[in-house]
Amino acid sequence: MVRYFTRLRMRRIYKWVSTYVEGQEAVTTVTPGQYILIEGNDDEYPFVAKLLKFFGDESHKQKKALVQWFLRLSEVPQNKKLLLGRSPHPQEIFYYLGRACDNEINAESILGTVQHVPEDTPFPEPGTKDTLYVKLSWDTKAFNVLDPVLMQDTPASTPPKPALPLFPPCASPTATPVSRGPVRRALPTPDPTVMRRAGSVSDTRATMSAGKRSTLEAESIHSASKLSASKILSAKRRGSAADTPGVRKKLQLSPGKKMTRADVLCELLDEEMESEKVISLKLSSSVSHSLQHGCSLSPMRSGCKTPNGQRRFPWKLSSISLDRLSPTALGEQDLSSDLLLAVIPLALEDEVFEAGLPTDAGSANTPKKRQATPRRNYVREQKATTPSRRKESAMAIRKPALGVLAEEDSEDSPMQPIALTPRSKRKSAQLVSLRIRKQLNLLDNTQKLISDGDDDCFVPSKKDLQSSSDSEEETMVRKTRGRNGKASARTPCKTPSKKVCMVTPSTPRHATPSIPSRTVPARQPGNILEEARARLHVSSVPESLPCREQEFQDIYNFVESKVMDGTGGCMYISGVPGTGKTATIHEVIRCLQHASDMDEIPTFRFIEINGMKMTDPHQAYVQILQKLTDQKVTADHAAALLEKRFSNPAPKKETTVLLVDELDLLWTRKQNVMYNLFDWPTRRHARLVVLTIANTMDLPERIMINRVASRLGLTRMSFQPYSFKQLQQIITSRLNKVKAFEEDALQLVSRKVAALSGDARRCLDICRRATEICEHSTSHPSSAGLVRMNHVMEALDEMFSSSYITAIRCASLQEQLFLRAVIAEFRRLGLEEATFQQVFVQHRALSRVEGLQPISVSEGLAVCQRLGACRLLLLEASRLDMLQRVRLNVSQDDVLYALKAVRD
Amino acid sequence: MSKRKVKETHMPVGECISQVQMILRERFCHQRLPEKPVGMESQHKHLLELLRRTAVHGESNSVLIVGPRGSGKTMLLNCVLRELLEVKDVNKNVLPVHLNGLLQTDDRIALKEITRQLNLENVVGDKVFGSFAENLAFLLEALKKGDRSSSRPVLFILDEFDLFAHHKNQTLLYNLLDVSQSAQAPVAVIGLTCRLDVLELLEKRVKSRFSHRQIHLLSSLSFIQYLDNVRSQLSLPQDFPDTNFYDEWNDDQSVVDVLQRHYNSSKDFRSLHLLLMLALSRVSASKPAIKPTDLLEASRVCMVDSKANILHGLSILELCLIIAMKHLNDIYEGEPFNFQMVHNEFKKFLQRKSHSIHNFDKPVVIKAFEHLQQLELIKSMDSSTAKIQKEYQLMKLLLDHSQIMEALQKYPQCPTDVKQWAIVPVLET
Repeated sequence: MVRYFTRLRMRRIYKWVSTYVEGQEAVTTVTPGQYILIEGNDDEYPFVAKLLKFFGDESHKQKKALVQWFLRLSEVPQNKKLLLGRSPHPQEIFYYLGRACDNEINAESILGTVQHVPEDTPFPEPGTKDTLYVKLSWDTKAFNVLDPVLMQDTPASTPPKPALPLFPPCASPTATPVSRGPVRRALPTPDPTVMRRAGSVSDTRATMSAGKRSTLEAESIHSASKLSASKILSAKRRGSAADTPGVRKKLQLSPGKKMTRADVLCELLDEEMESEKVISLKLSSSVSHSLQHGCSLSPMRSGCKTPNGQRRFPWKLSSISLDRLSPTALGEQDLSSDLLLAVIPLALEDEVFEAGLPTDAGSANTPKKRQATPRRNYVREQKATTPSRRKESAMAIRKPALGVLAEEDSEDSPMQPIALTPRSKRKSAQLVSLRIRKQLNLLDNTQKLISDGDDDCFVPSKKDLQSSSDSEEETMVRKTRGRNGKASARTPCKTPSKKVCMVTPSTPRHATPSIPSRTVPARQPGNILEEARARLHVSSVPESLPCREQEFQDIYNFVESKVMDGTGGCMYISGVPGTGKTATIHEVIRCLQHASDMDEIPTFRFIEINGMKMTDPHQAYVQILQKLTDQKVTADHAAALLEKRFSNPAPKKETTVLLVDELDLLWTRKQNVMYNLFDWPTRRHARLVVLTIANTMDLPERIMINRVASRLGLTRMSFQPYSFKQLQQIITSRLNKVKAFEEDALQLVSRKVAALSGDARRCLDICRRATEICEHSTSHPSSAGLVRMNHVMEALDEMFSSSYITAIRCASLQEQLFLRAVIAEFRRLGLEEATFQQVFVQHRALSRVEGLQPISVSEGLAVCQRLGACRLLLLEASRLDMLQRVRLNVSQDDVLYALKAVRD
Repeated sequence: MSKRKVKETHMPVGECISQVQMILRERFCHQRLPEKPVGMESQHKHLLELLRRTAVHGESNSVLIVGPRGSGKTMLLNCVLRELLEVKDVNKNVLPVHLNGLLQTDDRIALKEITRQLNLENVVGDKVFGSFAENLAFLLEALKKGDRSSSRPVLFILDEFDLFAHHKNQTLLYNLLDVSQSAQAPVAVIGLTCRLDVLELLEKRVKSRFSHRQIHLLSSLSFIQYLDNVRSQLSLPQDFPDTNFYDEWNDDQSVVDVLQRHYNSSKDFRSLHLLLMLALSRVSASKPAIKPTDLLEASRVCMVDSKANILHGLSILELCLIIAMKHLNDIYEGEPFNFQMVHNEFKKFLQRKSHSIHNFDKPVVIKAFEHLQQLELIKSMDSSTAKIQKEYQLMKLLLDHSQIMEALQKYPQCPTDVKQWAIVPVLET
């Protein structure tokens, strides 16, 4: 896998610097959560990032660090700078939401720490160079208001979004003017110095909440590798569950104590921070002070706030709030972890808010796109239903727990219209989360949380809380994806995102039915041999394709360069069957898709057609068009449409990579199909890359007329048959440490196959058969040992030996006699051909010699026909009767050998 | 070797006979599968294991069952399928699709049949499959959608597999085998064929995708086993309603001879069943057992030379013409002849030797000649008959000397001079 250390298409090469900085004992001490400077190509402005965690790489030689990138304005592409809409502050940085850049860095490239200030404070005079400011996030396409959630430390510290019922209809209008820009923020902001102190406090913390960290880890891994996310998540979660007994203990203490909110949050964050409690307490006083101010903004909200509620801050609620918040949080790879940032929400541009979730979803959309999606309607609908909800809010006042919720909600009032996920949706979300959790086998520690009914009275343990918050986040990720799909289905033109297009449900007209699903799930392989057999099956997709590295690299470079340049080209790939041509190309495409997902290369479409899978060469047009545009038209029309598509310029056209398998079957007399396929890439605006596969090396010379061959060009590649070493490597890599074969046995198979054809499929099939033979050779399938030489020999015999000799040996007496008569007649004539009549004379004579009663002509013919049906003899059409000519399909020696063995 | 049926008091003989006939006929006409396939235990195990893995583990496979005609390929497969479907896990879990190369003569028909048997045609509503291309794309899409663990395995049973290999481009085989080699819906492709060289028919791409598993059904029964088989075939089942019926075999030498001869000719059971069927049909209320003579008679019927039979029904004139042809064959060493030559030969015979046969007009002789041609006892050698006059068309005789002589011996009231002529040709003097 090619990995680019690029950041927004600027390739960046790290120099491994000498300033060795390490977590504990070096000059500069950096800890996770801190903001750091990272060495880049500009000494004046090093890169800024937040350190999320340290880890060693596989070999433990290098220390790596996982970071959340921040961007300086200078790193934003020139043409996008205008999007900011105001003059940037020199010390301003942006939260980076894009995915194009790897968030793993080498620890040695860290230069030092930097002070970081949350966004609410107005820009100070440019002076201290070590202080930077975050106000907006940058997702490679637009600036968005930074969501506070991004900067938060733990899920628990997230201020919950208010449920709308608690919010009078007039609230959002009042909030709107207030939240215009950071400076005009109406909510009283805490003293910047306090903030800064608090920031440094939280920054220097040694550990983060375990649950949070695991989420981060999981998510980053998820983005980095293609491993299934659920697996990792569940693994991590299990880990986190194990990690947090201390936290739970603390939690049990907390309800009893009278604590302020921030205090609790601090505690939640870090149980080891006993010593710092004083500071946080101090801090909390100021925060809560500010809170009261904020709440007083709306009488409704202040009503909600009861002292009681503050005291009994329910953990449950934070999980609910998370549930609601997660839509905003889900798009990000990592949630940043600054506690205090969470307490003071961002200044928000309400326009963005109304448009939907600015930071939503991985598809990196601009907010505007969302406006048409049903979500917004949902918000409105919500407002409409408020009266009924008011009752609920009244109830909430009575119930202290809900009161707190309301209080928390009120805090970030500007956020309200967006971040809130309606209640009804929450129900479904919980349903979904329930399902997912079931899948993840997490039921054991999260079960209790789920039921909607006990929202307000149930206080789950912290462990529950953490895991639930994790899973809830994940749920929301999935859920929103689903929503994206739905939304785009309704407004397909507005969502150019490729992934979403794929989700688009096809209309019933094009619906393809599938094979009915099975009632009993397929059984998994039980023992080693079965496991080996499953791995050796040709259909199982191997983790890597050994022995084709060079070919892989060549094709990859070819396609990548074409995609990057936006040009077109053809490539011809030849090789005998079973040498991995198609598999290699699929692997290349997989890697390229991944690269384009990471924004390293522009997106492209991949289309595959197979000459064998169509009934007529002209169907190629139909299939290509159908895969490109989902249209179904006739071949002629499709050809015209494609012609138009590839010859006309179109803005935003993405490159199409077309794989034509079994090219030789697209041959027509005029060769117009091939001609078109190779002509399109040469068009100026086509942006078409054609990869063709066939078996013969000289196909272009043999079957193509000049003008077609010339257009195909000379970019050719031929896949050599595998050598025995390569075959052996293929099997070994497929088996992947499943010890089922003796080394010698493997070598025998690979040598035998390499000598015959070099066909990897054949090789795998033989190995599979050998495991079967091995399994059957022992009485108990469980006790079957390794596949040994004799098993392999048997399999080879079965597959390679010709059955003619056995067939002759098993034939009836008269049939054998007839074969001898044929040979006798051939010898007499000196030809390899005789009529039945002639042979039959011989046959009679022979049967007299053998002392058998001679058979009649009809019987003789029947015997002859039976031999002909087995293709031991080649016969003319039977209507010629006695005059049909007879030839042997086996060599005379074989027949004599077989018959001799019978006699002995 | 006869089966003696003792009269029973409470069951009339006629009823017993009809019962026996019913049971045995079911057996001989392949209406009921045998309990266990005989003489192919290892093949049975192999195939069962293979299909079971497809059904249970969702592993795709392809296999060919090769064996001469009548060797029990279909019987083996049906036994395996029956056994497979008895397993509870599998019962509702597989979708068998039966195709026959003789019925589905091209891929278009085959695809339609597959779609029909998979019950996919109604899934898309009232859509009618217009084109072959659409149908193929549709089916492939359907198969592609499935995956190993969730979709039901499909068993494609291709009878007369070799005929599918003659389809254009072998599209169907390529696609089926490709599915079996890729991570799509699990399929098992089972081909039945009698051709030993079937793999050579496959195109190299198709061949590479085939797993090269072949199950050979080549019976290697000895004569003793063969006899045992005959015995078990004829014996009545244990639960026959009338307990007083029992079978007793006597080792009559003539029967053994008959069976030995039969065995020599062919080892498969289908011809044996034919023989026994004929014998069975002679059993009646008045003759309640199969006697050796019955078997002899049946064997005679089986072995009879059909052409010699036809000769018995010919007129004297036609017979004379055939004898003339035989002489011509002798003279010209198997070179083709025409009507004129035959007529000359016949006239020579009439002039010199004949006492009993009148002179026939030429049109009458031509008519007789044409009749022989219609009976396919003689065959025209030229492909185009239009240009040449009937009299001069070159013909060949499709009879062996021995057949002619045998027919003459048996011909009722054959004139002696004709017989004589058949042995000694009229010489030119």
